[in-house]
Amino acid sequence: MPKREKKIIVIGGGLAGLSATMKICEFKVKVTLVSFQPVKRSHSVCAQGGINAAIDTKGEGDSPEIHFYDTVKGGDFLAHQPLVRDMCHQGPAIIRLMDRMGVAFNRTPEGHLDFRRFGGTLYSRTAFAGATTGQQLVYALDEQVRRHERDGLVQKLEWHEYLGAVVDGAGVCRGAVVHDLRAGNIFAIAADAVVLATGGPGQLYARSTNSTVCTGSAAASAYHQGAKYANGEFFQIHPTAIPGQDKLRLMSESARGEGGRIWVPRDPGDNRDPLKIPEEDRYYFLEENHPLFGNLVPRDVASREIYDVVYNRKLGVGGQPMVYLDLTHQPPELLERRLGGIIDIYRKFTGQDPSRVPMKIFPAVHYSMGGLWVDYEGDGHGMIDHKSPRNQMTSIPGLYAAGEVDYQYHGANRLGANSLLSCIYTGLLIGPGVVRYCDNLDKGHDAVPSSLFDQAKKNWDNRFAEIKRMNGRENPYALHRELGDLLLTNVLIVRENKKLLETLDGIDGIEARFKDIKCLDTSDWSNPTPSFINQLYNMVHLSRIIAKGALLRDECRGAHYKPEFDLNQPDRFDPHEFIDYLEKKHYGPPREEDYPPGHLAYMQRFEANEEEWLKTTIAQYKNNGPEISYEAVDLSLVTPRPRKYD
Amino acid sequence: MTRETIALKIKRQDAPGAKPYWNVFKLPYLPHANVISCLQEIQRNPVTADGKTVTPVTWDCNCLEEVCGSCTMLINGRVRQACTALVDILEDPIVLKPMSKFPVVRDLQVDRSRMFENLKKIKGWIEIDGSYDIGEGPVFPEKIREKAYALSQCMTCGCCLEACPQFTLTNDFMGAATFSQVRYFNLHPTGAMNKEERLEAVMKSGGIADCGNAQVCVEVCPKKIPLTESIAEIGRETTLQLLKNLVLK
Ligand SMILES: Cc1cc2nc3c(=O)[nH]c(=O)nc-3n(C[C@H](O)[C@H](O)[C@H](O)COP(=O)(O)OP(=O)(O)OC[C@H]3O[C@@H](n4cnc5c(N)ncnc54)[C@H](O)[C@@H]3O)c2cc1C
Ligand code: SF4
Repeated sequence: MPKREKKIIVIGGGLAGLSATMKICEFKVKVTLVSFQPVKRSHSVCAQGGINAAIDTKGEGDSPEIHFYDTVKGGDFLAHQPLVRDMCHQGPAIIRLMDRMGVAFNRTPEGHLDFRRFGGTLYSRTAFAGATTGQQLVYALDEQVRRHERDGLVQKLEWHEYLGAVVDGAGVCRGAVVHDLRAGNIFAIAADAVVLATGGPGQLYARSTNSTVCTGSAAASAYHQGAKYANGEFFQIHPTAIPGQDKLRLMSESARGEGGRIWVPRDPGDNRDPLKIPEEDRYYFLEENHPLFGNLVPRDVASREIYDVVYNRKLGVGGQPMVYLDLTHQPPELLERRLGGIIDIYRKFTGQDPSRVPMKIFPAVHYSMGGLWVDYEGDGHGMIDHKSPRNQMTSIPGLYAAGEVDYQYHGANRLGANSLLSCIYTGLLIGPGVVRYCDNLDKGHDAVPSSLFDQAKKNWDNRFAEIKRMNGRENPYALHRELGDLLLTNVLIVRENKKLLETLDGIDGIEARFKDIKCLDTSDWSNPTPSFINQLYNMVHLSRIIAKGALLRDECRGAHYKPEFDLNQPDRFDPHEFIDYLEKKHYGPPREEDYPPGHLAYMQRFEANEEEWLKTTIAQYKNNGPEISYEAVDLSLVTPRPRKYD
Repeated sequence: MTRETIALKIKRQDAPGAKPYWNVFKLPYLPHANVISCLQEIQRNPVTADGKTVTPVTWDCNCLEEVCGSCTMLINGRVRQACTALVDILEDPIVLKPMSKFPVVRDLQVDRSRMFENLKKIKGWIEIDGSYDIGEGPVFPEKIREKAYALSQCMTCGCCLEACPQFTLTNDFMGAATFSQVRYFNLHPTGAMNKEERLEAVMKSGGIADCGNAQVCVEVCPKKIPLTESIAEIGRETTLQLLKNLVLK
């Protein structure tokens, strides 16, 4: 039988989309690559600090197994373990590949790759290219994709927006509907499979460390079409960003990896020039409270500490919500060579030089651990079967997801420098599986009746016509700000059920006002307004998933923290006690006297909580809102235990 | 200097070939504001200083931290990124115009696809065998890496081309950014294997020979890329290549 010509659509040209495209091209399969903006300008270029892989070039004894453990522990055990393990084992190969592709990674005196430390680990595991690692990785992949473009394997549709999947009567994805952001027309493209590599939804909060296109709209569209959305309530708040009107610009964790220290004056009234404040008058709260990990505790821990220092203990610098991130003790030459990119950002946006004055920073919305639910297939040995068509497939057959838009690698809290890894890993992983999926299809994209595509196009044409007719009183951009403010106030570092309930009401209110929007610009040519209104609609629905998931999850896990349900880990608790406790349970009821006072009761609380809550949140679109259910997490490799970083 | 309002004077154009016109907007002053946050404010309230409701201004942006290269425009006559143009250090009124060396799409948006096409012409990539794991890349000194890194930060923003007297809307001159990328790929041990093909690509029409050495490119590059060094080096290398071609042919 002659092989039919396969065709795959990849939406998004960040690290995940570019690596998926490159991999699929290696199978000589044609890819249509769709992106809002030229792929080289994708959000991934923002990534600063680096990418993890346990290559252990410094003789510290690091290994992919330790990387795996650090990652599942960092994520409070909410991630599927075989996937994380497989990713960590692929890490070294991914770094070597990117190195061969010419990424200007910093090097050692011998000319090998250099690594630095990042949060949530005690090992130097992060490869980096100055402090613009994401930019360098995107460029290298962009270049490979350009090479395939020259060879005719890739057709780029830049300045095009994905609106939705074309799904047939049997629920199978047969293509995508796309909106030309210049000419304004809408059309459907037939394909054997569609890969969403559309990044995260940071714009839900209006102000975050994310780029402007990170609206999560494509994921929301899939959710509206029936795809499951998982773990939405887990949103990472990065501890260190600089304030701004339009964006909260990140000061990468690598600043602390290179020795940066977080502190506030011990006396809240101390208004001295920070450089004049002597050591004994400085409160290095992360170092004091977490002597083992110090400034490199995971992000959820650091953000909560900053929150506590600023709001509960009123120790913010000058009474403001700000703490110092101090690099002034490091040689300027080192800062330039290893952190140049972020030093420049700080200089450009504040006019101050971090090598001379401590930076003033505060936590900011950064990354969504949650995203579209996707499948995987284990190989039976604690790793992944790399050829399985199930890998990274959403609950809509033929619709795949990779990168920040998926959900399954970072659990309840992502470790720094693990996202670039998971983006490239999932992009590469998708390749063989999606090609095999196309091979297995009963009929190829060219055999699907054209009426299916005509109908899909028509539905979206109608939707946009409807949007353009909106002539109410609400400004869509102002309404977006309000949605962001609502989430920023209520669904951030510390969460309370009362406020989460108010948030859901608030979202209802915004949805009601959405109907009264005015489409400010109804022209056809290069008009972003109707698109934005459609994206806003999607953002309203995504924020409901997040708020409702947060409301229902009555516990503390990773980035999701409700003081009311804090299990209050006793002082001097050692997580191994819990393993011991589980072991001893086999031989009879555990005895109070075997443990320090209060520890047994805590472990019992912990165990009961795990029983109830260690599960994946699943949201499905029903009756205009998310219906929440839960699924088991694959815990087949290591036993979950209380986290501790002291 | 404390201000209560800021004025923005923006050159607009509804479509390619349409007649440009100006709008003036007055906005409340906010701390930490930059040109992007002002444009966003206009989206939230698209009313001109004389009270006329207009369509929101269109522009391109994404990262808002000067690393994606999207938001290049002319701000008070100077080509730069809008995100790092802080209101506090800009003279009032702030005058915004689209770049003049690229076709206008709409308002402040321009079409820079020519730059990406040039990257194709110079084979701007490393010819790897494939993406499977065949071990470490070439070992090379940190010094070379630093040199390469300085070049690899080019974000295809177009500032250097806007400033270049040789680069026009209608000619085929490649410009500093492209020459610098040739140098970048040729610096890499694997990239050097295709060095000659890249040099040949900039020896054609629109290539390095057309550079008038005005040296303004390097002054406007937001990433401080040593463009004049790149041009000098590629100039030398292409001359050598030319001689080689003569001898060998
Ligand atoms: C400031 C910052 C610094 C970071 N630093 C690090 C770091 O040092 N290490 C680390 O591991 N992680 C870091 N991260 C996280 C990491 O950068 C992101 O998680 C990652 O880049 C996401 O990549 P992606 O490929 O999934 O998506 P993105 O890079 O966001 O790309 C999404 C693509 O999809 C396109 N797209 C989206 N929606 C549509 C649509 N509807 N239609 C058409 N196209 C669409 C976009 O145009 C874009 O091309 C950082 C994040 C930020 C914000
Ligand atoms: S060389 Fe500099 S000015 Fe020119 S495109 Fe690159 S970054 Fe922009």
